[in-house]
Amino acid sequence: MELSFTKGRWNYESWGGFDPLSSSNAKPPGVELWAVFDVPQHHIDASWKNLTHTLSGLFCASINFLESTATYSTPEWSFPPASGNVRYGTLPCEAVCTENLTPWLKLLPCRDKAGIALLLDRPSLYRGFYHSQQLHLTSTGSSSEGIDSGIILEQTLTVVLQPNSEMAIEVHASEKHIQPSWSLSSIFGKQFPNKENGKSAANGLTSENFWSNPSFELSANPDRIFLEESSSHSKSLSILYMFQVEKYCESEPFDIGLMWKVPVAWLCQQTPLHASRFLMGSGNERAAIAISLKSTQFTEGFMSANSKDGSCELRVDVFQVVPWYVKVYFHSLRVFVDQQPRAVSDIIEKIHVSPSKDKMSPGVMEVVLKLPCRVNTAALTIEFDKGFLRIDEYLPDANQGFDIPSAIISFPNFHASMVFLEDDSLNKSPLLSKFQEKCPVMSYTEVLLVPLTTPDFSMPYNVITITCTVFALYFGSLLNVLQRSVAEEERFLKAKAAKKTGRLPLLLSKLSAKLRGRRLEPLHSPPSSSSFINSKLVLKVILVAGLAVGWQYFFS
Amino acid sequence: MEKLKKKIGSFSFWNWVIASIIFRLILIYFPKNLNLSSRPEVSTPLTSFRRLAEGYWLKQSSMSSYAGSMYHGSPLLLSLLGPLTVKRIEGQPNHLLYSLVSVIADVVSAMLIRATGQNLRLAYLRSLESLDLVKQIDVSEFLFSGDIAALIYLCNPFTIVACVGLSTSPIENMAVILCLYGACSRLIPLAAFGWVIATHLSLYPAILIIPVIFLLGCGPDSPPRKLFLQRHQQKEVLNQSKLPPGFSWGPIIHFAFWAFLWSVYVLVLCGISLKQFGGLWEMFKSTYGFILTVEDLSPNIGVLWYFFAEVFEFFRNFFLIVFHVNILFMILPLAIRLRHRPCYLAFVYVAICSMLKSYPSVGDSALYLGLLGWFVNELADMQFSLFLFCGYVGVSLLSPVMHNLWIWRGTGNANFYFTTAMVYACLQIVLVVEGVSAVLNHDRKLRILITGKPQDAKS
Repeated sequence: MELSFTKGRWNYESWGGFDPLSSSNAKPPGVELWAVFDVPQHHIDASWKNLTHTLSGLFCASINFLESTATYSTPEWSFPPASGNVRYGTLPCEAVCTENLTPWLKLLPCRDKAGIALLLDRPSLYRGFYHSQQLHLTSTGSSSEGIDSGIILEQTLTVVLQPNSEMAIEVHASEKHIQPSWSLSSIFGKQFPNKENGKSAANGLTSENFWSNPSFELSANPDRIFLEESSSHSKSLSILYMFQVEKYCESEPFDIGLMWKVPVAWLCQQTPLHASRFLMGSGNERAAIAISLKSTQFTEGFMSANSKDGSCELRVDVFQVVPWYVKVYFHSLRVFVDQQPRAVSDIIEKIHVSPSKDKMSPGVMEVVLKLPCRVNTAALTIEFDKGFLRIDEYLPDANQGFDIPSAIISFPNFHASMVFLEDDSLNKSPLLSKFQEKCPVMSYTEVLLVPLTTPDFSMPYNVITITCTVFALYFGSLLNVLQRSVAEEERFLKAKAAKKTGRLPLLLSKLSAKLRGRRLEPLHSPPSSSSFINSKLVLKVILVAGLAVGWQYFFS
Repeated sequence: MEKLKKKIGSFSFWNWVIASIIFRLILIYFPKNLNLSSRPEVSTPLTSFRRLAEGYWLKQSSMSSYAGSMYHGSPLLLSLLGPLTVKRIEGQPNHLLYSLVSVIADVVSAMLIRATGQNLRLAYLRSLESLDLVKQIDVSEFLFSGDIAALIYLCNPFTIVACVGLSTSPIENMAVILCLYGACSRLIPLAAFGWVIATHLSLYPAILIIPVIFLLGCGPDSPPRKLFLQRHQQKEVLNQSKLPPGFSWGPIIHFAFWAFLWSVYVLVLCGISLKQFGGLWEMFKSTYGFILTVEDLSPNIGVLWYFFAEVFEFFRNFFLIVFHVNILFMILPLAIRLRHRPCYLAFVYVAICSMLKSYPSVGDSALYLGLLGWFVNELADMQFSLFLFCGYVGVSLLSPVMHNLWIWRGTGNANFYFTTAMVYACLQIVLVVEGVSAVLNHDRKLRILITGKPQDAKS
């Protein structure tokens, strides 16, 4: 199971998308939860419901909104472990605050009283560009390699912060990429006291090829330095510096800082294709979703590495979930490669769609694309109709719009991992083994905001009464016309003609005169009919009253 | 009346038909069918062409066409019209083949309407003869109701818009007209086929079984049987052979047999095409269930969408039952009162259904406006005819404007559009009520001519 609370969007252009840090720790905004179940198929939904409620209570978040079938989906291929047993749900507009961080910290052995969690200064944390807290639960199965079966809990906090401007080099307007100098105190406003009993705080700092020619200076000496083994995709290697915090004490606090000697700008290693998503169209009736993939300057490097005997293809997996009120027309899926429309069967190798059912399940689309290696841009567009909801299904702020969760674009042919050379394998750090894990390169697109038309929320009673009036008008007048007899009509016309001399009675009397031809006045109706009408009326009233009493008794 | 007849005579019937076909073809060649297929008045969730294409795509991808909540029509339509949604001919507009199918359906419906109208007119003249009223009523003034009805159907802007807007209404209308034509001309297998297909495509034509039974039992529209008896009494000896026959059950049993046969055939075909995807129950749930439960709340020219968007969840089922019973309740009183005029009864039923159905569109209105043309002679004295005509024109002009204001510009809100829909419903109510009243008055007029004085008892 993996649960993440994220605030902010991971900026793939500036912060990279290929290293293990971005691939496994960049998460979509809001809450994302996916879980793989090991129970029989018909129990999975009940287990998911229990899971969402438990997590909601544990983390003080509205994860329980994910319990209804309209909010979670069952991906088939996008999550490698198992198919059919995976459930995936996101809440894109969930706000993340300290209230969610505190329970997360409570799960740590020493909370935020010791260890690196001491650094978590809430104001500086929430002032940052991006922060994401994740929980990853794995249950190891039956004993293999002598490990007992149990549950492994991994907690990750990923933050992107900007240091205070004291030590920063002046940033020119045109060059945004200049790296500022920073130190722990400038970022967090705190220094590391010596009181901790955790392991060494390995401070992973990756830099490119500065081993031989350092243009930066570290304020503390690293205890160990790890070099990355040759990586297949990038020309430069990474270095990992490790610091043991135990050696420092209060008089000499641990405040690692990095000072740049020369202005440095670098681009992080990015994903093979830069993915973004946007809405097309105007108006509140229909629109289209477009996913665009653009090649970056790193794409060349990937392609040369991936080409086998001339014809190389770049495989891209797209996984997208849309809520049910975004009614997607799957037959309108179009693919454009280098701005030329292509036949869908040329580019799409596999597609699996699960169309949305109104109020029951969201629409899921999983597509495997095979793009030619020299591709410049590629785009997928799909049209949809905007649905109309009942007034109680709208959010409190209905005019803001509704969110379409992020799509997941993954590149299964590439794996982001960093393998570092180590001299003694006995002291293997968990962070290093984490870096060495092969995780598929994936990126999350933006969350889309779809404005839907709203009915008039202030009008339920008015609408009900007016519509029922229309129906009553139809019912009453039609029955009236059907049961009217000739004598009644003539009586009615005569009475009208006798009363007033307006235009309409004059017309009516002319009409009746025409009907009658040149006949004499008809006979008067017998007076005895009045008591007959009275008894009929009384009978009707008694009947209706009896029905009402019977209804009340039956249904009370 | 004279001028109208002369005008029609000079520009003959077939010229008008060809002109309307050419007009439709011109509109089809406009780019993107003038975006008519996206108008909510034309395409509803039941008749929309895009949903048909989506259902066909799902079927081609080996999924149930009812998998999402997109397609809610018949699987037979998918098999017949589905391939037309994807075929593209180079250099021609996108959905040319489907538009041609709609045009052909319209023309066939018009021809059937004309034939039935001629049938009705002849029956009326015959009944007048047997009542010996030929001298008193000026028969030469009678308009050719068949031609007029067919022209109204073909040249009605509503029909043209429904045809060019790529909805499935022309085909549904053709099925209903086929049923009525077959019943009028005593072609029982055809009538049964039309009835079964019309009910299968949209649920509401099922109530047309009652006019069909009356048509097959008694024959086409005629004045009430009582008048014939009274006239017979008056004339005594001479005109015994001219008495119209009583109600005969033979054709009805024949019809029931054929209807059963056709329905079994249709259900078997649907069952075969849906075998792996839930079978017939899935089909009934997605088509009839969708119609009856009004799940989709997209705006249309009816009043139910806004009502069910605003009503509270607690009362939803109650109001669903009330609105559907409104249609069912009127079947019996109308059948009792108009049993001697089954075609007019069918017209009233069709009008009520088009008004009160879950997802009305202008294609449904086109049907009953065309059928209205059969009764130009009986409805000559209808009140409020100018008011209704202006009302229809006004609503059809205002409704797109209000929709635009609400959805595309955002300066109006849903109430604007709902108001035009309500006015449209009121107009239709006035049309139905005044129409029924006019026909009953016409019968009273005949009775007065025969008996010489009005009577107290109901006719």
